Amino acid sequence: MNPATLYPLAGAFLFATGVYGLLARKHLLHKVISGNFLGSGVFLVLIGLAGRSSAESPDPVPQAMVLTGIVVTVALTALALALIKRYHTATGLTTFDPVDEEQL
Amino acid sequence: MSDRRRLAALLPAIVAAAVLAVIVRAVWSLPPEAEGLSVAVSRVAAESGIDNKITVVLLDLRGYDTLLEVAVLMLATVAVLSLREDRDALYRRISERAAPVLAALTRLLVPLALVVAVHLVWVGAVRPGGAFQAGAVLGAAGILLALSGYARPQWVGRGAMRSALAVGLLTFLGIAMLSIVAGGELLEYPEQSRKTLILVIEVLLTLSIGASLVSLFLSSASEGPKEAGR
Repeated sequence: MNPATLYPLAGAFLFATGVYGLLARKHLLHKVISGNFLGSGVFLVLIGLAGRSSAESPDPVPQAMVLTGIVVTVALTALALALIKRYHTATGLTTFDPVDEEQL
Repeated sequence: MSDRRRLAALLPAIVAAAVLAVIVRAVWSLPPEAEGLSVAVSRVAAESGIDNKITVVLLDLRGYDTLLEVAVLMLATVAVLSLREDRDALYRRISERAAPVLAALTRLLVPLALVVAVHLVWVGAVRPGGAFQAGAVLGAAGILLALSGYARPQWVGRGAMRSALAVGLLTFLGIAMLSIVAGGELLEYPEQSRKTLILVIEVLLTLSIGASLVSLFLSSASEGPKEAGR
Protein backbone atom coordinates (compact mmCIF):
# COMPACT_ATOMS: atom_id res chain seq x y z
CA MET A 1 0.00 0.00 0.00
CA ASN A 2 1.61 3.25 -1.13
CA PRO A 3 0.82 6.76 0.14
CA ALA A 4 -1.24 7.50 -2.98
CA THR A 5 -3.84 4.96 -1.79
CA LEU A 6 -3.28 5.23 1.96
CA TYR A 7 -4.15 8.95 2.13
CA PRO A 8 -7.38 8.71 0.10
CA LEU A 9 -8.46 5.70 2.19
CA ALA A 10 -7.79 7.60 5.41
CA GLY A 11 -9.71 10.51 3.88
CA ALA A 12 -12.64 8.23 3.10
CA PHE A 13 -12.64 7.03 6.71
CA LEU A 14 -12.60 10.65 7.98
CA PHE A 15 -15.45 11.53 5.62
CA ALA A 16 -17.56 8.57 6.82
CA THR A 17 -16.84 9.53 10.44
CA GLY A 18 -18.10 13.02 9.63
CA VAL A 19 -21.26 11.65 8.02
CA TYR A 20 -21.92 9.52 11.10
CA GLY A 21 -21.37 12.45 13.45
CA LEU A 22 -23.57 14.74 11.41
CA LEU A 23 -26.44 12.25 11.58
CA ALA A 24 -26.00 10.72 15.02
CA ARG A 25 -24.91 13.67 17.16
CA LYS A 26 -27.56 16.06 18.36
CA HIS A 27 -25.45 18.83 19.89
CA LEU A 28 -25.01 21.58 17.31
CA LEU A 29 -21.30 22.04 18.08
CA HIS A 30 -20.80 18.31 17.46
CA LYS A 31 -22.51 18.74 14.10
CA VAL A 32 -20.17 21.60 13.15
CA ILE A 33 -17.14 19.52 14.16
CA SER A 34 -18.52 16.60 12.15
CA GLY A 35 -18.87 18.88 9.17
CA ASN A 36 -15.20 19.82 9.55
CA PHE A 37 -14.30 16.11 9.70
CA LEU A 38 -16.20 15.63 6.48
CA GLY A 39 -14.37 18.47 4.75
CA SER A 40 -10.96 17.30 5.98
CA GLY A 41 -11.76 13.87 4.57
CA VAL A 42 -12.38 15.39 1.14
CA PHE A 43 -9.11 17.37 1.37
CA LEU A 44 -7.15 14.26 2.32
CA VAL A 45 -8.62 12.32 -0.63
CA LEU A 46 -7.76 15.13 -3.06
CA ILE A 47 -4.23 15.63 -1.73
CA GLY A 48 -3.61 11.88 -1.75
CA LEU A 49 -4.76 11.61 -5.35
CA ALA A 50 -2.60 14.59 -6.35
CA GLY A 51 0.43 12.50 -5.36
CA ARG A 52 -0.23 9.92 -8.08
CA SER A 53 1.51 12.10 -10.61
CA SER A 54 4.96 10.85 -11.54
CA ALA A 55 6.13 14.35 -12.50
CA GLU A 56 8.70 16.01 -10.23
CA SER A 57 5.95 17.68 -8.19
CA PRO A 58 2.38 16.58 -7.32
CA ASP A 59 -0.53 17.70 -9.50
CA PRO A 60 -1.11 21.38 -8.54
CA VAL A 61 -4.82 21.50 -9.45
CA PRO A 62 -6.13 19.36 -6.54
CA GLN A 63 -3.79 21.26 -4.20
CA ALA A 64 -5.26 24.60 -5.31
CA MET A 65 -8.75 23.18 -4.90
CA VAL A 66 -7.96 22.10 -1.35
CA LEU A 67 -6.55 25.54 -0.57
CA THR A 68 -9.81 27.09 -1.81
CA GLY A 69 -11.76 24.52 0.18
CA ILE A 70 -9.92 25.32 3.42
CA VAL A 71 -10.83 29.01 3.17
CA VAL A 72 -14.47 28.18 2.45
CA THR A 73 -14.45 25.79 5.42
CA VAL A 74 -13.12 28.53 7.69
CA ALA A 75 -15.88 30.88 6.51
CA LEU A 76 -18.54 28.21 6.92
CA THR A 77 -17.36 27.20 10.39
CA ALA A 78 -17.25 30.79 11.61
CA LEU A 79 -20.74 31.49 10.30
CA ALA A 80 -22.10 28.26 11.79
CA LEU A 81 -20.58 29.09 15.18
CA ALA A 82 -22.00 32.63 15.10
CA LEU A 83 -25.44 31.26 14.23
CA ILE A 84 -25.27 28.65 17.00
CA LYS A 85 -24.23 31.31 19.50
CA ARG A 86 -27.12 33.54 18.49
CA TYR A 87 -29.53 30.58 18.55
CA HIS A 88 -28.33 29.66 22.02
CA THR A 89 -28.78 33.22 23.29
CA ALA A 90 -32.28 33.35 21.82
CA THR A 91 -33.56 29.93 22.90
CA GLY A 92 -31.14 28.59 25.53
CA LEU A 93 -30.91 25.37 23.52
CA THR A 94 -27.84 23.60 22.13
CA THR A 95 -29.83 21.23 19.89
CA PHE A 96 -32.67 21.67 17.46
CA ASP A 97 -35.12 19.63 19.52
CA PRO A 98 -35.92 20.31 23.21
CA VAL A 99 -36.50 16.55 23.68
CA ASP A 100 -32.90 15.85 22.67
CA GLU A 101 -31.77 18.64 24.95
CA GLU A 102 -33.00 16.71 28.00
CA GLN A 103 -31.20 13.55 26.95
CA LEU A 104 -27.80 15.20 26.66
CA MET B 1 -35.52 0.71 23.91
CA SER B 2 -38.09 -0.09 21.27
CA ASP B 3 -37.15 -1.60 17.92
CA ARG B 4 -37.91 1.67 16.20
CA ARG B 5 -35.54 3.63 18.39
CA ARG B 6 -32.84 1.00 18.05
CA LEU B 7 -33.13 1.23 14.29
CA ALA B 8 -32.98 5.02 14.45
CA ALA B 9 -29.76 4.76 16.45
CA LEU B 10 -28.26 2.30 13.96
CA LEU B 11 -29.23 4.20 10.84
CA PRO B 12 -26.39 6.79 10.93
CA ALA B 13 -23.84 3.99 11.26
CA ILE B 14 -25.34 2.16 8.29
CA VAL B 15 -25.35 5.31 6.14
CA ALA B 16 -21.74 6.12 7.15
CA ALA B 17 -20.62 2.56 6.34
CA ALA B 18 -22.31 2.75 2.94
CA VAL B 19 -20.62 6.09 2.19
CA LEU B 20 -17.26 4.64 3.25
CA ALA B 21 -17.76 1.63 0.98
CA VAL B 22 -18.61 3.80 -2.02
CA ILE B 23 -15.57 6.10 -1.58
CA VAL B 24 -13.15 3.24 -0.93
CA ARG B 25 -14.41 1.46 -4.04
CA ALA B 26 -14.05 4.67 -6.08
CA VAL B 27 -10.48 5.23 -4.81
CA TRP B 28 -9.49 1.59 -5.51
CA SER B 29 -10.85 1.75 -9.04
CA LEU B 30 -8.62 4.73 -9.97
CA PRO B 31 -5.38 4.02 -11.82
CA PRO B 32 -2.41 4.06 -9.40
CA GLU B 33 -0.52 6.55 -11.55
CA ALA B 34 -2.00 9.50 -13.38
CA GLU B 35 -0.44 12.62 -14.77
CA GLY B 36 -3.44 14.77 -13.97
CA LEU B 37 -2.93 18.30 -15.17
CA SER B 38 0.68 18.84 -14.01
CA VAL B 39 2.05 19.05 -17.53
CA ALA B 40 -0.60 21.47 -18.77
CA VAL B 41 -0.14 23.70 -15.71
CA SER B 42 3.67 23.66 -16.09
CA ARG B 43 3.27 24.98 -19.62
CA VAL B 44 1.09 27.91 -18.54
CA ALA B 45 3.39 28.59 -15.56
CA ALA B 46 6.35 28.91 -17.92
CA GLU B 47 4.39 31.40 -20.06
CA SER B 48 3.23 33.60 -17.21
CA GLY B 49 6.57 33.85 -15.44
CA ILE B 50 5.15 32.64 -12.12
CA ASP B 51 6.96 29.51 -11.03
CA ASN B 52 4.69 28.44 -8.20
CA LYS B 53 2.19 26.25 -10.01
CA ILE B 54 -0.37 26.45 -7.24
CA THR B 55 -0.40 30.26 -7.47
CA VAL B 56 -0.84 29.98 -11.24
CA VAL B 57 -3.80 27.64 -10.80
CA LEU B 58 -5.36 29.77 -8.06
CA LEU B 59 -5.13 33.19 -9.65
CA ASP B 60 -4.87 32.52 -13.36
CA LEU B 61 -6.29 29.19 -14.50
CA ARG B 62 -8.98 28.87 -11.86
CA GLY B 63 -9.30 32.57 -11.06
CA TYR B 64 -13.05 32.30 -11.03
CA ASP B 65 -12.87 29.81 -8.13
CA THR B 66 -10.63 32.08 -6.14
CA LEU B 67 -12.74 35.17 -6.83
CA LEU B 68 -15.87 33.41 -5.57
CA GLU B 69 -13.99 31.95 -2.64
CA VAL B 70 -12.96 35.42 -1.52
CA ALA B 71 -16.57 36.51 -2.00
CA VAL B 72 -17.70 33.64 0.23
CA LEU B 73 -15.21 34.65 2.91
CA MET B 74 -16.37 38.29 2.78
CA LEU B 75 -20.04 37.28 2.87
CA ALA B 76 -19.44 35.06 5.89
CA THR B 77 -17.59 37.90 7.60
CA VAL B 78 -20.44 40.33 6.94
CA ALA B 79 -22.93 37.74 8.23
CA VAL B 80 -20.91 37.05 11.38
CA LEU B 81 -20.45 40.78 11.99
CA SER B 82 -24.18 41.37 11.73
CA LEU B 83 -24.94 38.43 14.02
CA ARG B 84 -22.64 39.51 16.82
CA GLU B 85 -24.24 40.51 20.08
CA ASP B 86 -21.63 42.95 21.27
CA ARG B 87 -21.40 45.62 18.58
CA ASP B 88 -18.22 47.12 19.98
CA ALA B 89 -16.31 43.91 20.62
CA LEU B 90 -14.14 44.47 17.59
CA TYR B 91 -13.18 48.01 18.44
CA ARG B 92 -13.08 48.18 22.21
CA ARG B 93 -9.81 49.10 23.79
CA ILE B 94 -8.88 46.46 26.28
CA SER B 95 -7.66 48.27 29.34
CA GLU B 96 -6.13 45.38 31.19
CA ARG B 97 -2.59 44.58 30.21
CA ALA B 98 -1.53 41.01 29.63
CA ALA B 99 0.89 39.22 31.96
CA PRO B 100 4.52 40.35 31.37
CA VAL B 101 5.61 37.13 29.66
CA LEU B 102 2.70 37.23 27.21
CA ALA B 103 3.28 40.94 26.59
CA ALA B 104 6.97 40.36 25.84
CA LEU B 105 6.19 37.40 23.62
CA THR B 106 3.62 39.46 21.72
CA ARG B 107 6.11 42.28 21.17
CA LEU B 108 8.47 39.69 19.73
CA LEU B 109 6.00 37.67 17.69
CA VAL B 110 3.86 40.33 16.04
CA PRO B 111 6.65 42.09 14.08
CA LEU B 112 8.00 38.65 13.16
CA ALA B 113 4.55 37.62 11.92
CA LEU B 114 4.32 40.75 9.80
CA VAL B 115 7.69 40.01 8.21
CA VAL B 116 6.66 36.39 7.61
CA ALA B 117 3.39 37.55 6.02
CA VAL B 118 5.18 39.92 3.63
CA HIS B 119 7.69 37.19 2.82
CA LEU B 120 4.92 34.67 2.12
CA VAL B 121 3.16 36.98 -0.35
CA TRP B 122 6.38 37.80 -2.09
CA VAL B 123 7.68 34.24 -2.47
CA GLY B 124 4.17 33.11 -3.44
CA ALA B 125 5.19 33.61 -7.06
CA VAL B 126 8.02 31.11 -6.97
CA ARG B 127 7.76 28.92 -3.89
CA PRO B 128 5.01 27.69 -1.54
CA GLY B 129 3.24 30.72 -0.13
CA GLY B 130 0.66 33.19 -1.32
CA ALA B 131 -2.20 35.39 -0.23
CA PHE B 132 -4.05 32.84 1.86
CA GLN B 133 -1.10 31.65 3.89
CA ALA B 134 0.08 35.22 4.41
CA GLY B 135 -3.45 36.31 5.34
CA ALA B 136 -3.63 33.57 7.94
CA VAL B 137 -0.34 34.72 9.50
CA LEU B 138 -1.51 38.34 9.45
CA GLY B 139 -4.82 37.34 11.05
CA ALA B 140 -3.02 35.37 13.74
CA ALA B 141 -0.88 38.43 14.54
CA GLY B 142 -4.01 40.59 14.86
CA ILE B 143 -5.75 38.08 17.12
CA LEU B 144 -2.63 37.75 19.29
CA LEU B 145 -2.48 41.55 19.64
CA ALA B 146 -6.14 41.71 20.65
CA LEU B 147 -5.88 38.79 23.08
CA SER B 148 -2.86 40.17 24.87
CA GLY B 149 -4.58 43.50 25.39
CA TYR B 150 -2.49 45.84 23.30
CA ALA B 151 -4.47 48.94 22.46
CA ARG B 152 -5.07 49.24 18.78
CA PRO B 153 -3.69 52.33 17.07
CA GLN B 154 -6.09 55.26 16.92
CA TRP B 155 -6.44 55.11 13.14
CA VAL B 156 -7.61 51.50 13.13
CA GLY B 157 -11.30 52.18 13.58
CA ARG B 158 -14.43 51.00 11.91
CA GLY B 159 -13.58 52.71 8.63
CA ALA B 160 -10.05 51.30 8.38
CA MET B 161 -11.22 47.81 9.32
CA ARG B 162 -14.03 47.80 6.79
CA SER B 163 -11.84 49.21 4.04
CA ALA B 164 -9.27 46.49 4.73
CA LEU B 165 -12.05 43.89 4.55
CA ALA B 166 -13.41 45.11 1.23
CA VAL B 167 -10.27 46.16 -0.64
CA GLY B 168 -9.15 42.64 -1.65
CA LEU B 169 -12.42 41.54 -3.18
CA LEU B 170 -13.07 44.91 -4.84
CA THR B 171 -9.62 45.05 -6.42
CA PHE B 172 -9.88 41.46 -7.59
CA LEU B 173 -13.30 42.17 -9.09
CA GLY B 174 -12.09 45.42 -10.64
CA ILE B 175 -9.08 43.81 -12.31
CA ALA B 176 -11.24 40.86 -13.41
CA MET B 177 -13.71 43.19 -15.09
CA LEU B 178 -11.08 45.51 -16.50
CA SER B 179 -10.19 42.76 -18.97
CA ILE B 180 -13.78 42.81 -20.28
CA VAL B 181 -13.45 46.53 -20.94
CA ALA B 182 -10.16 45.83 -22.71
CA GLY B 183 -12.00 43.43 -24.96
CA GLY B 184 -11.13 40.08 -23.36
CA GLU B 185 -12.95 37.62 -21.17
CA LEU B 186 -13.63 37.96 -17.45
CA LEU B 187 -10.40 37.35 -15.48
CA GLU B 188 -8.25 37.33 -18.58
CA TYR B 189 -5.11 39.23 -17.62
CA PRO B 190 -3.31 41.19 -20.33
CA GLU B 191 -0.26 39.18 -21.33
CA GLN B 192 2.48 41.70 -20.47
CA SER B 193 1.19 42.74 -17.03
CA ARG B 194 -0.04 39.32 -15.86
CA LYS B 195 2.59 38.92 -13.17
CA THR B 196 2.21 42.46 -11.81
CA LEU B 197 -1.58 42.25 -11.63
CA ILE B 198 -1.45 38.88 -9.84
CA LEU B 199 1.00 40.32 -7.32
CA VAL B 200 -1.26 43.36 -6.69
CA ILE B 201 -4.26 41.08 -6.17
CA GLU B 202 -2.25 38.84 -3.83
CA VAL B 203 -1.05 41.72 -1.64
CA LEU B 204 -4.51 43.27 -1.23
CA LEU B 205 -6.13 39.87 -0.75
CA THR B 206 -3.67 39.21 2.08
CA LEU B 207 -4.82 42.36 3.83
CA SER B 208 -8.50 41.47 3.39
CA ILE B 209 -8.08 37.87 4.48
CA GLY B 210 -6.16 38.94 7.58
CA ALA B 211 -8.80 41.54 8.46
CA SER B 212 -11.60 39.08 7.89
CA LEU B 213 -10.01 36.40 10.09
CA VAL B 214 -9.53 38.93 12.88
CA SER B 215 -13.15 40.10 12.51
CA LEU B 216 -14.48 36.54 12.51
CA PHE B 217 -12.56 35.74 15.68
CA LEU B 218 -13.12 38.91 17.66
CA SER B 219 -16.81 39.36 16.87
CA SER B 220 -17.50 36.23 18.91
CA ALA B 221 -16.55 38.13 22.07
CA SER B 222 -19.67 39.03 23.98
CA GLU B 223 -19.18 40.04 27.59
CA GLY B 224 -16.97 43.05 27.75
CA PRO B 225 -13.20 43.30 28.02
CA LYS B 226 -12.71 40.40 30.43
CA GLU B 227 -14.38 37.97 28.09
CA ALA B 228 -12.96 39.49 24.95
CA GLY B 229 -10.46 36.73 24.48
CA ARG B 230 -12.66 33.72 25.04
